[in-house]
Amino acid sequence: MANVYSVHDILQKHSIKLMAGILCAVSVGGLVEIAPLFLIENTIEKVEGMRPYTPLELAGRNIYIREGCYLCHSQQVRPFRDEVERYGPYSLAAESMYDHPFQWGSKRTGPDLARVGGKYSDEWQVRHLIHPQDVVPESVMPSYAFLATTPISGAEIADHLRALRVTGVPYTDEQVAAAAADFAAQGSPEGADADFEARWPKAASRDFDGNPEKLTEMDALVAYLQMLGTLVDFPKIVPDADFNR
Amino acid sequence: MTLTSTADGALSPDGTIAAARAPDAAVVYKDDVVRMFMIAAIFWAIVGMLVGVVVAAQLTFPALNLGLPWTTFGRLRPVHTSGVIFAFGGSMLIGTSFYIVQRTCRARLFGGFASEFVFWGYQFFIVMAALSYVLGGSQSKEYAEPEWYLDIWLAIVWVTYLVVFAGTIIKRKEPHIYVSLWYYLAFIITIAVLHIVNNLAVPVSFLGTKSYSLFSGVQDAMTQWWYGHNAVGFFLTAGFLGMMYYFVPKQVERPVWSYRLSIISFWSLIFVYIWAGPHHLHYTALPDWVQMLGMTFSIILWMPSWASMVNGIMTVSGRWDKLRTDPILRFLIVAVAFYGMSTFEGPLMSIRAVNGLSHYTDWTVGHVHSGALGWNAFISFGALYFLIPRLWGRKKIYSENLIRLHFWLGTIGIVLYITSMWASGIMQGLMWRAYDSLGFLQYSFVETVAAMHPYYAIRTLGGLFFVSGVVIMAWNLWMTVKAGEPVEAKSVPAPQPAE
Repeated sequence: MANVYSVHDILQKHSIKLMAGILCAVSVGGLVEIAPLFLIENTIEKVEGMRPYTPLELAGRNIYIREGCYLCHSQQVRPFRDEVERYGPYSLAAESMYDHPFQWGSKRTGPDLARVGGKYSDEWQVRHLIHPQDVVPESVMPSYAFLATTPISGAEIADHLRALRVTGVPYTDEQVAAAAADFAAQGSPEGADADFEARWPKAASRDFDGNPEKLTEMDALVAYLQMLGTLVDFPKIVPDADFNR
Repeated sequence: MTLTSTADGALSPDGTIAAARAPDAAVVYKDDVVRMFMIAAIFWAIVGMLVGVVVAAQLTFPALNLGLPWTTFGRLRPVHTSGVIFAFGGSMLIGTSFYIVQRTCRARLFGGFASEFVFWGYQFFIVMAALSYVLGGSQSKEYAEPEWYLDIWLAIVWVTYLVVFAGTIIKRKEPHIYVSLWYYLAFIITIAVLHIVNNLAVPVSFLGTKSYSLFSGVQDAMTQWWYGHNAVGFFLTAGFLGMMYYFVPKQVERPVWSYRLSIISFWSLIFVYIWAGPHHLHYTALPDWVQMLGMTFSIILWMPSWASMVNGIMTVSGRWDKLRTDPILRFLIVAVAFYGMSTFEGPLMSIRAVNGLSHYTDWTVGHVHSGALGWNAFISFGALYFLIPRLWGRKKIYSENLIRLHFWLGTIGIVLYITSMWASGIMQGLMWRAYDSLGFLQYSFVETVAAMHPYYAIRTLGGLFFVSGVVIMAWNLWMTVKAGEPVEAKSVPAPQPAE
């Protein structure tokens, strides 16, 4: 052990060597744990059904991020019997492959939302967001009534799709070009046309917030919540050993 | 000269080494910037903890969210976490590091105006970050919420900080670099690396605030918790251990207990800590091999953590009577004891089976606060009571009894906080997985929320105790500066070989 001390004796007399030693010591763990995640192919399993967010869903997701929803709601169902029964199939890595940043969360003051899509009606979601205690009296969630009165526009949403494309999300030129129009169409009372459905498979289009007069932040957030966890077709997935443990 | 190590690696127990060295020309320490950081730290402690009490009260009584966008829990919670960790903790760390590096190197701060730039640049970052959260500008990475434009600003400030700190070490007049400075260096260097990598993002436009994280999903989660756990490891642990290794020996007037233990624990702590991040992602879609690595290193981490604790507490060896008579030392040593407790609880919670119960519950919140209140805040209070009289040339603290009152208010606050969070966390974890005799889930989610209510009320009360102690400290320190008896004036600020 004397060697350790003699090496240290050199470092503690030479500030540059000490700093270099520190940098080496703190680099190893991160390199070993993070770098392979980008290189090992089966880190993210192959699934069918995943697509990038539509422009309106993306705007809803940005509201979810802005309001700090992740501070009380996780989006990650663990492979436990009680969680799978309470929330649905456990979360797969592929389901967050287009999430920049991820929203797995770290605290469940409220329930997990990874599979909340389609569990409640649009009307329930809107009433709950306006005043949660109206539908869940014991809830400690704040009121988000202001979302229903804040108009939202897709004028700049194409820039967001372009930025995401730089990070690796496979938005097509067609999707980017039609982004502003698709943004408005998805939240309109008439619903979107067949071209929209071809561009965004499985995307629902309707007046989400119950107010056909205008497109609001409530439309965007509910559109996002209603698609969460609905893209992957689960009966086609063969459960792995974890599930049966 | 209690703190300088001798050439053969042992710590000199008294002033013999320094006394034997010929006195150099007087070094005039640059303390105005240290004073500014201490004032800022006290201010941010009160603000950050008050916001903490507000968000705790909001979880107890949701009407306190007021229905306004700017006052909801989701926007205020990052104001609390950034306020206490980065504003209060950060100001303490940078301020004490500037104080300690000058004295243990016997050199004036390097870089002239650069240290003032670090002060104002850092405070500007904090104010802008808090404003951005309230206005809805968070990027949603926990403890790294500021958007890309503030991240770039902080990187500039932080690199300047490294230059000032390392520059002072380079021009030191002591042959050895003191233990505290190893820890501060590890803190500054590693935080720079973590901050830059975790905040890599693509801005939507150069005039807008919004950006998208460069990484997604699994890789983003791993990068974030590599950052998040090591914000704990290097901001809240390594930096504060630097404080411990200076203020505990100074206050107890004894050398560090074991110099060799400080070497072993330093290198093992910084090497092992960086691996522990994946324990925040147990049972998620993160590959199992990374989870197992994270868990293994988290358990190993128990050893270097306790080595540091033992070294801090045993420094009081031979002067245990002081714990009874010196309330400042009591703050410092109880802080180290809390450090030992939370670094035992942490490895326990990193075991996958335990984490399956504790994760997503208030147990985690309680664990964080036993470290943050018991360790980080208490050692900061001890350092403040030590520093303020010295920085303003006062003989002693205005009222020792008020320090005692602060100590007990703080301790009662911590006990209320962490016991209520243990109870609520473990209870909620058990309720989520409870089955009735027919094989159905026994509780709906909202039943578990309702069960939390009394514990959330107790937690809020604990926070009130804690912050009221801080307000008393602020008044006590104010009176020390304003009405304290000055130290006899000297013609020049003499070099202090006893440092």
